[in-house]
Amino acid sequence: MTQASLFRRITDFANRADPYPLYEELRKTPVLCEEEGGPYVISSYWDIEALLHDPRISSDAANLAAAGDDALSGPEATGLPPSFIRLDPPEHDRLRRIANSSFGPPHRPRRIENMRGELGEIVTGLIDGFGDARQIDLVDQFAYPFPVTVICRLLGVPREDEPRFRAWVDPIVAGLDPDTRTSAESERTAQEARLQLGMYLNGLVEQRAKEPRDDMLSDLVNSHGPDGAMTTMEVLTTAVLLLIAGHETTVNLITNGMLTLLRHPEVLERLRNDPGLSVRIVEELLRYEPPVQIVPQRTCIADIELRGVTIPKGSHIWLMLAAGNRDPERFKDPERFDPDREDIQHLGFGSGIHSCFGAPLARVEAQIALSELARRLEDPRLVEDPPPYRQNAVLRGPRHLNIAFEGLR
Amino acid sequence: MVADYVDWLRREGRIVIVGASLAGLRAAETLRAEGFAGELTLIGDEPYEPYDRPPLSKSVLLGKASPHRTELPHRREIDAKWRLGVPATGLDLSAKRVRLADGDEVEYDRLLIATGVRARPWPKEEEARLDGVCLLRTRDDAADLYQRLKAGPRRVFVIGAGFAGSEVASACRETGIPVTVAERAGAPLVGALGGVIGAVAADLQTENGVDLRTGVTVTSLEGDSVGRVRAVHLSDESVVEADVVVVSLGSVRNTDWLAGSGLGAGPRGIACDAGCRAFDFRGIVTDDVFVAGDVARSPHALFGYQFLSLEHWGNAVAQAETAAHNMICHGADRRPHLWMPAFWSSMFGVNIKSVGVPSMGDQLMITQGSLAERRFVGVYGHQGRVIAAVTFDNTRWLEFYARQIERGAPFPVEYPTVDRRPEGRQPVAADFPDPSLPTHGPTVTLSGYSPADQQLVFHPARH
Repeated sequence: MTQASLFRRITDFANRADPYPLYEELRKTPVLCEEEGGPYVISSYWDIEALLHDPRISSDAANLAAAGDDALSGPEATGLPPSFIRLDPPEHDRLRRIANSSFGPPHRPRRIENMRGELGEIVTGLIDGFGDARQIDLVDQFAYPFPVTVICRLLGVPREDEPRFRAWVDPIVAGLDPDTRTSAESERTAQEARLQLGMYLNGLVEQRAKEPRDDMLSDLVNSHGPDGAMTTMEVLTTAVLLLIAGHETTVNLITNGMLTLLRHPEVLERLRNDPGLSVRIVEELLRYEPPVQIVPQRTCIADIELRGVTIPKGSHIWLMLAAGNRDPERFKDPERFDPDREDIQHLGFGSGIHSCFGAPLARVEAQIALSELARRLEDPRLVEDPPPYRQNAVLRGPRHLNIAFEGLR
Repeated sequence: MVADYVDWLRREGRIVIVGASLAGLRAAETLRAEGFAGELTLIGDEPYEPYDRPPLSKSVLLGKASPHRTELPHRREIDAKWRLGVPATGLDLSAKRVRLADGDEVEYDRLLIATGVRARPWPKEEEARLDGVCLLRTRDDAADLYQRLKAGPRRVFVIGAGFAGSEVASACRETGIPVTVAERAGAPLVGALGGVIGAVAADLQTENGVDLRTGVTVTSLEGDSVGRVRAVHLSDESVVEADVVVVSLGSVRNTDWLAGSGLGAGPRGIACDAGCRAFDFRGIVTDDVFVAGDVARSPHALFGYQFLSLEHWGNAVAQAETAAHNMICHGADRRPHLWMPAFWSSMFGVNIKSVGVPSMGDQLMITQGSLAERRFVGVYGHQGRVIAAVTFDNTRWLEFYARQIERGAPFPVEYPTVDRRPEGRQPVAADFPDPSLPTHGPTVTLSGYSPADQQLVFHPARH
C-alpha cells in the first residue's frame, strides 16, 4: 500500500479541519472495508439511516469485545459497567426510560422549555463577561462554559467542581478517538478516569439519596416508576454519560455554528435581525457540521447484505454520519450551507433507539447561543481560518476559535 | 393534442376538489406547488377549514387540546375558492359538473374526490337519537363528547373496540371515568391486528380498569322518560347502566352523493387505478376524475395488486400528493400511489404503530421484546414473506420492517435481532377473525384482485 487507507486519512489529525473531501471519496465506496477484519465503513445517508434502525445491529459493548477488538470496545470495557449508550434492549430501553422520566415528556414535558430563561441569563452573563475585550476565544470563554454550566445545574453537579471533573472527562473523550484509542495506555487512562468520575459522582448521589433536590441526580437516585429503580451503579453510569454527553457535543455544535456563520456573513446578518431563524440554522448545522461525525460503536449480530456487499456477522460497523449528511443522493447541493433548504433533515443526532438523548436541550442551547452572539457582537470576524482543531475525529470541533469584534451591543 | 390539453389545464383549467379535509387540502397545496395556475375550488360539507382528526380521540378528550384548535397547518398559499358547509349532492360526469346541496353547480375540467368517510351510526335510528348517544368523527362530535366527559358521567359505554373505541376508553380511564367496552370479536383491535395482539390489548384495557365485554353485541339502547340514554342491553342478556354511549362501529364511505353518477363508487369506496384515476362502474378508467384518501380503493403492487382502502392519515397525504401530481402532468410522468401502509394509535400510555397490511398476515412472530411486557415488535407473514409489522412502544425499529416488506423479505424471520426472546423464535397463527363475519369496520379492506371484480350493474345503496 503506497497510501494510507482512506479511513486512516480521515482519522489523521492533519485532515481534521476539512475532512469533507475525504468523505466525498469515501462515498464512492459506500460500504467500505479496507483491511481484513477491519471495520465496515458506511457513508451514504440512506444506508446509515437504515442501519440505525436495523435490529441486527448491536450497540452492546460486550458484543464489540466478543468480536475480538478490545481497543474498539472503548473506555467502558472495564471499570464502570457500560451506560445505556453501549447497551441493547431491553436494558437500554429500561435505563433510558428511567432517565427520560426526569428529563422529557411525558413525565417532565416542560423541563427544557422551562430552562429557557435560565439559559438566556447564562448566555448574557458570559457575553457581558467579554467586557472591553475586542478579541475572544469563543471556545474557552463561551462555547465550553455555557453547556457545562447548564448540564451542571440540570444534573445537580456543583459548577465550581468543573476543574476536577474536566481532568477526568478529557481522557475519557480522548479515548473515543480512533487514533488515540488504539494505544493501550490511553485506554487504561480513560478507564481509570471514568472510574474516578464515577466515584466523584457517587459522593453527590449519596447526598441526593438523603436530601433530594430539584435536579436530575436526585430524580435518578430516587426513581421508582413502572420500571422500578436504577441500581446505584446504573445511576452512576447514567450520570457519567449525561455529564459528558451533555456538554462535550454542544461545545462543538456552538463553535462549529459560529465558525460556519462567520464564513457565511449574509446568514449571520439575517440571524441578527431575526432570532427565529436560529431554529433552521441549527438544524442545517447539524447536517452541515455535525458535532458527532462518526458512530463507531456498532456490531452486526447477523450477516447483513448492503448494496451487494455481505457484511459478515460479528463485523464492526462505523457509521459516518457527517459523510451521510452531505450525500448528494439525499440532498440537493449538499456541500452548501443553506438554512432555507426545504427539507432540512440530518443524521446529526443519529436515529433509532440511540438517537441523541439530549437533543431537545442541545437544540435550545445552540439556538439561544448563536442568536445572542449574532445580536450582540459588533462586526465579528475570524482571526484565523481554519482555526486549530481538537484531536478528536469523532467529536470534531475547533479547540480555539478566536473572534475579533468591535464591541458589544 | 393531449400534451396541449395538459398545458392548457395547468394554465387556465378548472380543478374542483370535493372534500376539504386532510387529503383535499394537501392535494390543493400540491397542485399549486407543482405549478397549477388555473381556478381551484374546494368543497366541504363541514363549515370548518381543514382540521386534523387524530387528536379528536386523544388529547381533545383529555382536555389537553381544544377541538376548535386542530386546524391543519398550511404548507403554502393555495388561492382557492372555498365552498365550506355545503355538501356535494351529485355528479354529472358527461357535463363535468358537481351539484351542491344549495342548488348550485360547479363545473370542472378535472375533479378530485376526497370525501372520506363518516362514523357508522347506531343502526336503530330512534335509539341513535337518544341524548347521550355519541359518534366520534368530526370536530363537533369531539367537542360534544368532551363536554359530556367533563360533566362527570357515572359510566361511559363504548360500542366497538377498534382503535377509535379503545382510544375513547383510554381517555375515560385517564380522567377517572368508569367505562364499559363491548366488542363483538374476542378482543379489542382484532380486526386490524388479529387475536394474538388483541389479547395484549385486552389485558391492557382490563388492567387499566376498563370493564371489557368481548364476544357480545349490543342489542338495544334504552332511554329514560325524557329521552336520555340510561342503559345498554347486551346479547348475553346483561344490562349496563350508562349515561354516555359512544358508538364506535367503524366508518361508512361518503359515496352516497355519487349514486347513479356512473362512477365505480359504492359502500367499499371508489375504485381507482394506482394513478388515482377513478373507474366508472364498468371498470373503465376515467380521464378527468381522480380519487384520494379514505374514500379511495386502489390496487397496491406490493400486496398482490389487491385493492386497498386505507383509512390512514399518512395514506391521505401521500395519495393526495400523487393524485394532484397526476392530475396536471403528462401521461408518461404519472406516478403510482405506492405508499407503505402505516398507522399509529396511542392508548393507556402505549404507542401502537404498524406498517404493511397486518390483516393479510396468517402468521405472527414476536421478533423483539415480549408480549407479556407489552413492548414488542410483531411481524406478520403471508405466503412465506413479511407482509406487515406492529410495534407496542417500539416504534423506532419499524422503518427496518417497512424495508423488509418492500423487499419481500422471507418469513419466518430467521436472523437474530437484539432483544429476541425465546417466545419469538417460532411463528404462531395471527388469529384474524373470519373476514366474512361483520365486526366494527376494519381499518383495511381487501377486496378483489382487479377492477373486473366490480359488478357491472350499479345498484343504488339501500339503507
